[in-house]
Amino acid sequence: MLRYVIKRMITIPFLLLGVASVAFVLSQMTKGDPLAALLPERMMSNPEVVAAVKAEWGLDQPLPVRYGIYIGNLLQGDMGTSFTTRRPVAQDIAERLPATLELVIAAMIVGSSVGIGIGLLSARFKNSALDIGTRGFALLGSSVPIFWSGLIFLYIFTVRLDWAPGTGRLDARSTPPPDITGMYTIDALLSGQMTTFIEALSHLLLPALILGWTVTGIVARLVRSSLLDSLGQDYARTARAKGAPERVVLLNHALPNALIPVLTILGFTFAYLITGAVLTEAIFSWPGIGSYAVTASRSLDYPAIGGVTIVGATAFLLANLVTDIAYAWANPKIKVSQ
Amino acid sequence: MSDPLLAVDGLRIGFGPAKDGAEAVRGVGFTLEAGKVLGIVGESGSGKSLTMMALLQLLPGQARCSGSARFRGKELIGMRKSEIRHLRGKDIGCVFQDPLSAFNPVKTIGDQIVEAIRLHDRRISRRAAMKEAEELLAAVSIPQPDQRLRQYPHEFSGGMRQRAMIAMAIANKPALLIADEPTTALDVTVQAQILDLLRTLTRERGIGLVLITHDLGVVAGMADNIAVMYGGRFVEAGTADEIFYHTRHPYTRGLIEAMPKLDRPEERLVAIEGTPPSIWSRPPGCSFAPRCYFAQERCRQQEPELRDLEHTRSACLRAEELPPRETVAHAQDTGKDMTL
Ligand SMILES: Nc1ncnc2c1ncn2[C@@H]1O[C@H](COP(=O)(O)OP(=O)(O)O)[C@@H](O)[C@H]1O
Ligand code: SF4
Ligand SMILES: [Mg+2]
Repeated sequence: MLRYVIKRMITIPFLLLGVASVAFVLSQMTKGDPLAALLPERMMSNPEVVAAVKAEWGLDQPLPVRYGIYIGNLLQGDMGTSFTTRRPVAQDIAERLPATLELVIAAMIVGSSVGIGIGLLSARFKNSALDIGTRGFALLGSSVPIFWSGLIFLYIFTVRLDWAPGTGRLDARSTPPPDITGMYTIDALLSGQMTTFIEALSHLLLPALILGWTVTGIVARLVRSSLLDSLGQDYARTARAKGAPERVVLLNHALPNALIPVLTILGFTFAYLITGAVLTEAIFSWPGIGSYAVTASRSLDYPAIGGVTIVGATAFLLANLVTDIAYAWANPKIKVSQ
Repeated sequence: MSDPLLAVDGLRIGFGPAKDGAEAVRGVGFTLEAGKVLGIVGESGSGKSLTMMALLQLLPGQARCSGSARFRGKELIGMRKSEIRHLRGKDIGCVFQDPLSAFNPVKTIGDQIVEAIRLHDRRISRRAAMKEAEELLAAVSIPQPDQRLRQYPHEFSGGMRQRAMIAMAIANKPALLIADEPTTALDVTVQAQILDLLRTLTRERGIGLVLITHDLGVVAGMADNIAVMYGGRFVEAGTADEIFYHTRHPYTRGLIEAMPKLDRPEERLVAIEGTPPSIWSRPPGCSFAPRCYFAQERCRQQEPELRDLEHTRSACLRAEELPPRETVAHAQDTGKDMTL
């Protein structure tokens, strides 16, 4: 098992290199002109200024040279400088990634636990009103667009009821907790700042619920069908024949088997949300990777786009690895054969 | 008065709408005394598994079931879920056909046996139950039971898995054991060992056994009584000797002829031609008629009932007229001594 993990880890950098190269090539194939992001429009007609800016940002070099420089820098952890923020992309990402991670982790916790709960209820009470109701709720989560549900929730809970604070990670005038992990709730807890913790948590709640709802939809459906399948298996009949009540058959026998395929989906959803939480971040002014990616692609900010691509790819590769390990751990047949 | 261990009467199991659905089991009845072995034999699809699953209310959800099945005098059909749950695995144990799929793949054998014990007695600690599980594995001749307990089902061989399944089924000292094709998924050499184990355990512990199989050879040395099932009914029933030496039903006769003969393995087996009818398109009259060598016109009109004959009870209209089987030849076939 350890050897397998190490082998997989070794392949990750090579895969990332491939991803970076593809991202580079793709970004060069787009029609737009990154100068638009670098220069105010009225200066575009001045050839000297254009040449100077091109030289400054290396845009005057031939493609292979730019590729070589880009990859060379990448290997040293340098993702280049963003055209728009004019700061190192690595630094931008380091600041924004924790915000996204905090949001996505919270959404995953909420979404998967509610999803598993709903899956259990609807499998146990198949075709009952409870089943139909909870499945409807879960289905809404994965089909209602976030820009809609996000705005509605924001309107109801923040504007109308005033239960939830406004957008952003903290109230406008609050200072963030000391930077340990970059996730405000955890940093506040670690440094014992309870008021900051509660404030950060209350800011996190609504976006995490909205984003988590989409996860709920995916998870609940899979858990339900996976459970129903398990409940029809021979081992479930054996459990019943042993005298196990249906609750025990469900929780002790069907669930552990049913969760194995769910692990894969959870891993992929997590990786997807790292760059896919764009809308939630936009609506809740959450300074994460998703909103960074939107700005970057709107202004053809190649370095930033490349950086986000690499982060996204890393998330997928790591999630894949972790999922495989978890899968093997949950599935004794694989554990032993490796 | 003492009730028999199990008394089944008029058991019917159907699928589909109550009016024009199909019946898979059509009025099955038998009694089993404590410590005895009943073999239920019939081709696949004849309704054997459904019959036994009905006793434990483990039928698939959409099945309709009626009739009576009394376990020590208590009616099982329609018994409250909370009540029958205490019989399952406690007074009535089950062994299934495919021990690989019958065990939960993500739990160790030990955990699954411990669960069987503790489901019926919470006062037993996990540790004590584990100790018991180890003894049970030893009782079914699994070597190094302490290590085996910690292994997963897929780490066992087929035969060992079925031994473990039997250990689990007898964990709570049941009075009745239902074994549904316990050897069908196993190698021929292992089959004999498992049957041997079942025979020894049930005899030593006075457990009544219902042994379901499609292979008459399996029940040959085991069963006190045999019921032959076809098309959802018992078509012949009697003691083992009566069935083997005095069968009065063409289907039973076919099954006997299909048995491999130990002393003459080179002889071609005579399989019964054709296939059993589907429950959805059963012919009128005797369900065996389309495949029966002795069938006459009346067989296709009138459904024969099980009736008492000199030896067995047979559901054949022509039971009395059937030419006798060469009993002597068969005695040689099975190696049994007929010189009384
Ligand atoms: N869930 C079900 N739905 C519909 N028909 C079924 C179902 N289970 C069994 N049957 C029917 O009942 C018949 C008897 O099944 P079964 O008792 O499993 O046979 P056996 O154990 O003798 O092979 C089968 O031929 C099948 O057509
Ligand atoms: S009743 Fe007729 S068809 Fe049926 S078994 Fe007897 S002889 Fe054959
Ligand atoms: Mg069967």
